[in-house]
Amino acid sequence: MTSEKVVVLAGGLSHERDVSLRSGRRAAQALRDVGHDVVELDVSSSLLARLEELGRPVVVPMLHGGAGEDGAIRQALELADVPFVGSTSTSARVAFDKAIATPRVAAAGFATPRQIALPDDMFRELGSPTLVAALGRRLGFPMMVKPARSGSALGCTKVERVEDLPAAMVQAYAYGGVAVVETFVTGTEVAVPVVDLGDGPVALPAVEIRPDSGVYDYTARYTAGATRFLAPAELDQDVADRCAELAVGAHRALGLRDLSRTDLIVDGAGTPVFLEANVAPGMTETSTMPLSMEAAGMDLGHVLSSLVSLARQRGAGA
Amino acid sequence: MSLEQPRRDTRLDRYVDTYAERTHGLKVSAVRALFSVANRPEVVSLAGGMPNISDLPLDIIGSKIGELIATRGTQAMQYGSGQGEEMIREQICEVMALEGITGHPDDITITTGSQQALDLVTRTFVDPGDVVLAEAPSYVGALGTFQAYQAQVVHVAMDSDGLQPDALDAAIRSLRAQGRRVKFLYTIPNFNNPSGILMTLERRHRVAEICREAGVLVVEDNPYGLLSLDADPVPAIRSFDAENVVYLGSFSKTFAPGFRVGWALAPHAVREKLVLAQESATLCPPVFSQFAISTYLATWDWKAQITVFKDMYRARRDAMLDGLAEHMPPGTTWTHPKGGFFVWVTLPEGLDAQALLPRAVTNRVAYVPGTAFYADGLGSRNMRLSFCFPTPERILEGTRRLGEVLDAELEIHAMFGIDSTPHPHDSASGPGPDVI
Repeated sequence: MTSEKVVVLAGGLSHERDVSLRSGRRAAQALRDVGHDVVELDVSSSLLARLEELGRPVVVPMLHGGAGEDGAIRQALELADVPFVGSTSTSARVAFDKAIATPRVAAAGFATPRQIALPDDMFRELGSPTLVAALGRRLGFPMMVKPARSGSALGCTKVERVEDLPAAMVQAYAYGGVAVVETFVTGTEVAVPVVDLGDGPVALPAVEIRPDSGVYDYTARYTAGATRFLAPAELDQDVADRCAELAVGAHRALGLRDLSRTDLIVDGAGTPVFLEANVAPGMTETSTMPLSMEAAGMDLGHVLSSLVSLARQRGAGA
Repeated sequence: MSLEQPRRDTRLDRYVDTYAERTHGLKVSAVRALFSVANRPEVVSLAGGMPNISDLPLDIIGSKIGELIATRGTQAMQYGSGQGEEMIREQICEVMALEGITGHPDDITITTGSQQALDLVTRTFVDPGDVVLAEAPSYVGALGTFQAYQAQVVHVAMDSDGLQPDALDAAIRSLRAQGRRVKFLYTIPNFNNPSGILMTLERRHRVAEICREAGVLVVEDNPYGLLSLDADPVPAIRSFDAENVVYLGSFSKTFAPGFRVGWALAPHAVREKLVLAQESATLCPPVFSQFAISTYLATWDWKAQITVFKDMYRARRDAMLDGLAEHMPPGTTWTHPKGGFFVWVTLPEGLDAQALLPRAVTNRVAYVPGTAFYADGLGSRNMRLSFCFPTPERILEGTRRLGEVLDAELEIHAMFGIDSTPHPHDSASGPGPDVI
């Protein structure tokens, strides 16, 4: 048991503030349960001064979306010489942007959907009808349209027909200036957390996700009872191994640290296809990471506590 | 570490197969979650319907409540009557007299805010599948209550004079012809939430007449009646129809919502049922809150306080109307409320208020999408803006930010040549209690 002071950072101003607050509460409680003196803080203009007052304790960022995952807050912590759990600002920036992360994971030799990333001003400059038609021809239907930088499936739409593509693009652009359009991958939806307790990244058991509605959207993610989870996933061992390999591979390819969660689809041929990697995996009551830890016989509090120790050893700015 | 664990097959809710049928529709929504950002100080929230109570004499109220505890604490903190305390019911009659209502304290049931009165009335009258008529648009909190009791809400059109009597008559006839049971009309005649529209006296008489002849009860919800900013007061429907109206009142807007004290004034037979329903729900409404409000009414010039509130809200309403005139793109229209808290905006064709809420939140301004105020998924071109809580300066800034959001969205729509068909949404996208 330790009484070391730890700051859990949650909330923020992103579209996922509500989810972040839930994750933060659960992580904070888990750390208290193993003896930490936990201070829960939100992002505000007084944050850095408050961290200074507290003696620059290790920060556990539980911020989802926006500045919480795009590297901005982590950059500020690095500048302020505050040690923190999780990926560096540089790797968070890479992982959070699907338009950058997906090609990087593909370049590492893993299966990804075919993807085209387009900023909104490209449509302004080149005219939308031509580009929309070209997208349809290049990727075929159904396709997925997503904001390049967002989480919790916000702004994501499955598009079946070319006529519906403009509306889906507009919806994605409501969350940011760049959208990615991807081939739709049919199969088993799986999340694979990765933790690195000092001996290199290890994949935890894959969690299989079966939403009642058929779509793992925001409602299916955060309404208890709306989705069936299988942990470990009901996969053949060789497929499960390849999922683990992909999750660890993505973690390494994106330069991630401490913990991550890779979302993927196992397609009809049994190939795991990368969808996205998260540097601040959800820890809510309906999140997959805690389920996976439980399936691995691990305790969330102990895992976070170990990561806090590693962060402290690493020190500030590392 | 061992990865050899038995497979867990879970929905993370062990009661998922046990819930009542009416509970299954209760789900988390992304739109609702966005309101958690709206409450941050960086965001100008034109979403919240919270009254601004900073003008209340908190020091005086504090000392009066201290005195209350010292002198009558054992009564004020004890169980009380299921109908509510007699002294406050008498005082409520004085409050209602300001709106032309003659009521007897015996016919009043005190409730935990008028929201609970709505719950008790719905519980008392509605079986699953029964029809409740409501203005289009109507109060999101009422729609939630009706949904919880599995009522089918049928909206009746409004115009700038309020509920349209002919549409009401036609709706009742059509529903009856289909063999549907219409239980009551729910109406907010004064500065309707969300539209801000004031129903004319002529319309009130006509609505009362239609409902009386059809045997349809009127539930008149009046939280904003005393907050007329520049309209001549219009008598409540209950003032001329005591037999067919259940009237709901509240101290939330004229004093403070935290006490959660409202009331229902009902015909005698209905009142008896409401008291029994209240006893089964709560044993008795909050006694301490009733004593506190009663003390406030007895010892403070509460009518002058309402005048202070009105002056403050008028300045905010004017700031909002000025801001909208300056910043809204062509094709946008809005109501010009003469009281209450809200302005109802209709966006240019093709824009969808729910879809552009994330863009608005990114631009640090928030509103409630119009779909929250319809039970049938309509309202996608509308948004409710409230002027009650932010200062006039913040309201002006909020409308400026909103103008930027709409300009950007219009540009992107033009770029994609989006069609102008309104998009129906799941209506379960209303905000939480701090936004109502």
